[in-house]
Amino acid sequence: MSSHYEAPIRKPLVIGDKTFHDVTVDVAAPVEGKANKHWWTVFSIALAAFLWGLGCIIYTISTGIGTWGLNKTVGWAWDITNFVWWVGIGHAGTLISAVLLLFRQRWRMAINRSAEAMTIFSVIQAGLFPIIHMGRPWLAYWVLPIPNQFGSLWVNFNSPLLWDVFAISTYLSVSLVFWWTGLLPDFAMIRDRAVNPFTKRIYSILSFGWSGRAKDWQRFEEVSLVLAGLATPLVLSVHTIVSMDFATSVIPGWHTTIFPPYFVAGAVFSGFAMVNTLLIIMRKVSNLEAYITIQHIELMNIVIMITGSIVGVAYITELFIAWYSGVEYEQYAFLNRATGPYWWAYWSMMTCNVFSPQFMWFKKLRTSIMFSFIISIVVNIGMWFERFVIIVTSLHRDYLPSSWTMFSPTFVDIGIFIGTIGFFFVLFLLYARTFPVIAQAEVKTILKATGENYIRERKENKDSHHE
Amino acid sequence: MSSNKKYWKSVEELNENSSIVETLRNNEFVEEIPTDEFLGDKASLSSSSTTRRDFLKYVGFTTAAASFAACEGPVHKSIPYVLQPEQIIPGVADYYATTVFDGYDFANLLVKTREGRPIKIDNNTISGVKFTANARTHASVLSLYDSMRLKEPKISGKNATWAEVDLKVKASLAEAKSKGGQVVLLTNTLASPSTEKLIAEFIALNPTAKHVIYDAVSESAALDAFETVYGERALVDYDFSKAALIVSVGADFLGDWQGGNYSAGYAQGRIPKNGKMSRHLQLEANLTLSGAAADKRVPMSTANQKQALVKIYNTITNSAVATNKIDNEEVVLKAAQQLKAAGSNGVLVCGIQDKNAQLLVLAINQALASQAFTTSGTRQIRKGSNEKVAQLVKDMNTGSVHTLIMSGVNPVYALPNSAEFVSGLKKVNTSVAFSLKEDETALVTTIAAATPHYLESWGDVSITKGAYALTQPTIRPLFNTKQFQEALLSWNGNPAKYYDYLKATASTFISGATWNKVLQDGVFVSAIIPSVSATLANYSAAANALAQSKAVSGLELNLYTKTSLGDGQQANNPWLQELPDPITRVSWDNYVTVSRADADKNGLTNEIVANGGLNGSYATLTVNGITLENVPVIVQPGQAVGTIGLALGYGKKAALKEEMQVGINAYALYKGFNNVQSATIVKGAGEHEFACVQGQKTLMGRGDIIKETTLEIFNTKDAKEWNEVPMVSLDHKEVAATSVDLWDSFDRSTGHHFNLSIDLNACTGCGACIIACHAENNVPVVGKSEVRRSRDMHWLRIDRYYSSETTFAEDNEKKENFDGLFGDKGSLGGFGQMEKAADNPQVSFQPVMCQHCNHAPCETVCPVAATSHGRQGQNQMAYNRCVGTRYCANNCPYKVRRFNWFLYNKNSEFDFHMNDDLGRMVLNPDVNVRSRGVMEKCSMCIQMTQATILKAKNEGRVIKDGEFQTACSNACSNGALKFGDVNDKESQVAKLGEDDRMYHLLEHVGTKPNVIYHVKVRNT
Repeated sequence: MSSHYEAPIRKPLVIGDKTFHDVTVDVAAPVEGKANKHWWTVFSIALAAFLWGLGCIIYTISTGIGTWGLNKTVGWAWDITNFVWWVGIGHAGTLISAVLLLFRQRWRMAINRSAEAMTIFSVIQAGLFPIIHMGRPWLAYWVLPIPNQFGSLWVNFNSPLLWDVFAISTYLSVSLVFWWTGLLPDFAMIRDRAVNPFTKRIYSILSFGWSGRAKDWQRFEEVSLVLAGLATPLVLSVHTIVSMDFATSVIPGWHTTIFPPYFVAGAVFSGFAMVNTLLIIMRKVSNLEAYITIQHIELMNIVIMITGSIVGVAYITELFIAWYSGVEYEQYAFLNRATGPYWWAYWSMMTCNVFSPQFMWFKKLRTSIMFSFIISIVVNIGMWFERFVIIVTSLHRDYLPSSWTMFSPTFVDIGIFIGTIGFFFVLFLLYARTFPVIAQAEVKTILKATGENYIRERKENKDSHHE
Repeated sequence: MSSNKKYWKSVEELNENSSIVETLRNNEFVEEIPTDEFLGDKASLSSSSTTRRDFLKYVGFTTAAASFAACEGPVHKSIPYVLQPEQIIPGVADYYATTVFDGYDFANLLVKTREGRPIKIDNNTISGVKFTANARTHASVLSLYDSMRLKEPKISGKNATWAEVDLKVKASLAEAKSKGGQVVLLTNTLASPSTEKLIAEFIALNPTAKHVIYDAVSESAALDAFETVYGERALVDYDFSKAALIVSVGADFLGDWQGGNYSAGYAQGRIPKNGKMSRHLQLEANLTLSGAAADKRVPMSTANQKQALVKIYNTITNSAVATNKIDNEEVVLKAAQQLKAAGSNGVLVCGIQDKNAQLLVLAINQALASQAFTTSGTRQIRKGSNEKVAQLVKDMNTGSVHTLIMSGVNPVYALPNSAEFVSGLKKVNTSVAFSLKEDETALVTTIAAATPHYLESWGDVSITKGAYALTQPTIRPLFNTKQFQEALLSWNGNPAKYYDYLKATASTFISGATWNKVLQDGVFVSAIIPSVSATLANYSAAANALAQSKAVSGLELNLYTKTSLGDGQQANNPWLQELPDPITRVSWDNYVTVSRADADKNGLTNEIVANGGLNGSYATLTVNGITLENVPVIVQPGQAVGTIGLALGYGKKAALKEEMQVGINAYALYKGFNNVQSATIVKGAGEHEFACVQGQKTLMGRGDIIKETTLEIFNTKDAKEWNEVPMVSLDHKEVAATSVDLWDSFDRSTGHHFNLSIDLNACTGCGACIIACHAENNVPVVGKSEVRRSRDMHWLRIDRYYSSETTFAEDNEKKENFDGLFGDKGSLGGFGQMEKAADNPQVSFQPVMCQHCNHAPCETVCPVAATSHGRQGQNQMAYNRCVGTRYCANNCPYKVRRFNWFLYNKNSEFDFHMNDDLGRMVLNPDVNVRSRGVMEKCSMCIQMTQATILKAKNEGRVIKDGEFQTACSNACSNGALKFGDVNDKESQVAKLGEDDRMYHLLEHVGTKPNVIYHVKVRNT
């Protein structure tokens, strides 16, 4: 295995004198060890939130959507806000694992596994909402173009909601396959180290009989590349299609051609923030500071800063175009967003999404773990508000003033949202205890090139470094 | 004895010692049962395929089957006809002409029945009929199926038979006769010749008897005035279609003033024809439907109205009665001049409950020789006398009333001095209340006599003098009820049925027509309309007296009746409770309306809270020492400063479901039947949660939603100027927005293509169409808390907008002149100001239902294609395909789609008519009841248009124009809603579509609706 030439100005991606064996041990440690008290505490809270959310979902399905705060004017609010928010969060995983793979960004290797796990878990949360927001969710399968006995009934291919169905399901399946493919050698590693026959059996099933032969590796590399090629357009397409739910409508504030790029940038923005949130905790809890370094965090912060600025430009462009269009309904929609009854939501969004990432221009701040963590939370709050602002403030005052009203969530709205956060963390915490959270096989490929000790060694033996 | 009987079985028994008898006695089975043979036959037993296990299975199965068979299966109450009536064909509606007069509302009707159930009220369209159903009459069909109705007679609160009731009443009458005690028949205005005849016979038989007529909402002043001048207790039946100038001094003639039912005639004159339309000036305290429709409205307290009336009288009759100076005097004087100039084309109406004021109305209209004012065919629908009712209460308290028989009245609820009445009632030996409900009065009378609903009754009504109409039952009485007339007959000792009596009476009124013909038509229109002539009256004395009348101290409370509940008879009708008030758009409540100035002075507020609901302060209202706590406050634009309004008809408690027990009983303040009282108002603690369907009051300068212009511009300028077509730039050229199209159009030239036309000039906001739509389409009622959360289910709504400046035109101008964000003309502050209504705003109504867009935004977004376009132009909704994503509703620019947030039928959480078997009888079998989780909306009454098509097809003929109708277009007696087929180029609606005034709502969105509007023209 060859590590290609590494420029001397590059900082090491693996710090702390790690050998190949160290990598193995470090990655396998959370799986092989026992959960500590903190894990159990967090897991219990997440589980409780999840069960509470589940209760709210059951209540909704058994009683009706009327248990939510929606009304005749505002037909979507927290449901679709949460949906878009979770889908958006998912984007970072695919971007990191696929796009950065194609661009040969090696820093991705420490974070892609968890980022992808986050993708899958958040897409699961996202997928819940289009189903439970239906008035009759037991008929949700009607949105699938399956042959049926209802006569010549077929789905409506004009509907962006149907495009969503395809986009999300494709995204979930491709992401899952991509993720699992990457997991195969790592599962095999755990299998090979397992002493408990049951564990061995499980991991041997999960690793699909990975043997570590050269042919396996060759196929692994090829499949990874193909899937990365497949997943890359999905990064752009999924949120583009989600944005079309709004962009193709006739409602002022929704009917905007800027939405596809704006949504994709926003998705990457929120996704990276969520990766930051998760990994800052995980590197500490699972002792992975050597692999997920300050440099990783800094690089992600730069992505957050750039995408945040793109989103900011999009917000301002929207305002400009509303004014420039000369369409009074459009103008009023944006004026109302910023100064109407939901001004606080708009300015929360602006503060969180546009102003807060600008702090990342300062190296001191973007390399501060605590600050990065706070900003990552702030950004996710801001991105939630962005979707709320788009959905609710556009709907609540549209064309006919007679229908203008307000929206206020019920405990069920809130409960379901908290429930999905709980569900997400339940999945992520289980993942952190049972899956190799760092793509150790991949990290090993770059260890010699970017491991701190190897770089030092190289510097010391400038003339005699071996390949 | 019979036990000793011996049955001989054989001769052997004669022989006492017979062994055979003994053997037989000990041996039940004469022949031996071959058990041994059966069990001993090991060979066949072992060869049998039935094992012991199988045997046990059979035993088990049969036991289980037997026990299951004993279980009761679900019972579906579907009872077929034993003898199929020839006239009733399942699936085919029958219509019966009838007439309603409940003491308050009156109309000539056609009742639609299906399989013997009346399910809908339509207007009788036979020529010569002019009284049409209002919202309450449309809703009255649901009151027939009210589960809280009194189902059988009760004596002292215990169920009784009619024989017992008759016995008791007859005994009481006999006792009264012998003791010389008074017998009083207290009824509402009857306007029924046969009943009046019966009562006369009753009085003849009971010399101590007398008849007192009591109207809950009194028109006594106008009746007294008319009686003084014309010698007859009746009201003028104005014909507003003949008036070119209408001056109304506090008369809400588009509402319930003097019985109402004037809007059809009024609307005729409001549609500009040949450059002309009527002009309407309104002086009033509360903002009413009439004020909303007026070309010029001046808010004015009733005290000032009295002065204004005298000033007008002075001008018209060249008198010089001294008056006080009032605000807006110049407007009044100008109006008086215009009225004088208009001469016989002008008319003045007045709602002041003061005999002198009403005398001046007669004087002015006589002086004008007004064509709209006619004394022939006077209205007979109000006869009540304030003095006689007051006298009765006195008599009762002195104990001189022995027997009190009431029908159609609820004095315990509706009398201002209800407590006195109740104490008097205790001194009455026998009291009888004929009532539909066990209401406040029926609860305290000796006998609660259950009466049938008018849809179960026979009767005759003479709404106007010389007109004769019949009431006929459309269903067999649902309960053990008896008509008042039937009871009178039996007490009079007349063995005839009321039907025969009625038939006999009718023959004297319907000369030249047969009973069957009149019954079929519902009305008999006489060629000769009797008129009365005036005697000389001292008008100047009346004018002087009126000019010197004192204004009330404190705030002037003006009691009024609401469009939804009227006098409150149908308070248990959920359709009416949920019908938003056309002006305030608040449902499920009455409230005190306060002007902004008075609200600010007293710290009273209205605000929209986080969930979009409207909150209002509570006030403590004191009138004549009577204090009402926790009266909700609505800050009402257009309310005259110094006055407040409060609706009668609310606050009922008896025989009402809990949800309907809303509001405040304002009858308690209706002292001396005077609707103007002196009041004080103090802010109370807490906030009231209103169920208001429209939070945003103003149009925000969006002049393309309700286009309007003035008659002058309409007559002189090109249509392009006052009915601007939205333009877009295509290839750098300005073209009409609708000419740019992404879609391929369907060929719509063949078949029918339905359009609904709405004339904003003719719509007065009366709400009849809303209730008709409810009845036709099984629209659910969702209740106060859900309406508050903006979840009303109305398929058709009437939006009401106030202007923010004095006129809508100024609003538009203000918005056009916005310059930048900040500063005086900045849009930031400007839009904020525009959210607030003016103190005396212009008002516009706009009925909005599904616009049935040819390019419907809802259709493209439904993932399951549950909503799609019909061949005839309808946007159709397939309920059973809907999965409930609500995307269609979000994408609807008109926000007309309604979602079933919960299950609204057979759900005790929504305990309205759809939750009980009786209430569900009103459901239209042609329209399904939607389940929870599906979207619903206006269907353009496709079940009605399809039925019309099928009928014509069966009869092998072409459909005539006017045959196609929707529930709303049928209900609209103003002619504001017209429906038809635009592919029939000769149809009225096709012509309306070509009219210069035609526009589409939000035309620039490009939805190409099949509902068209007509620009509102104001004659300012």
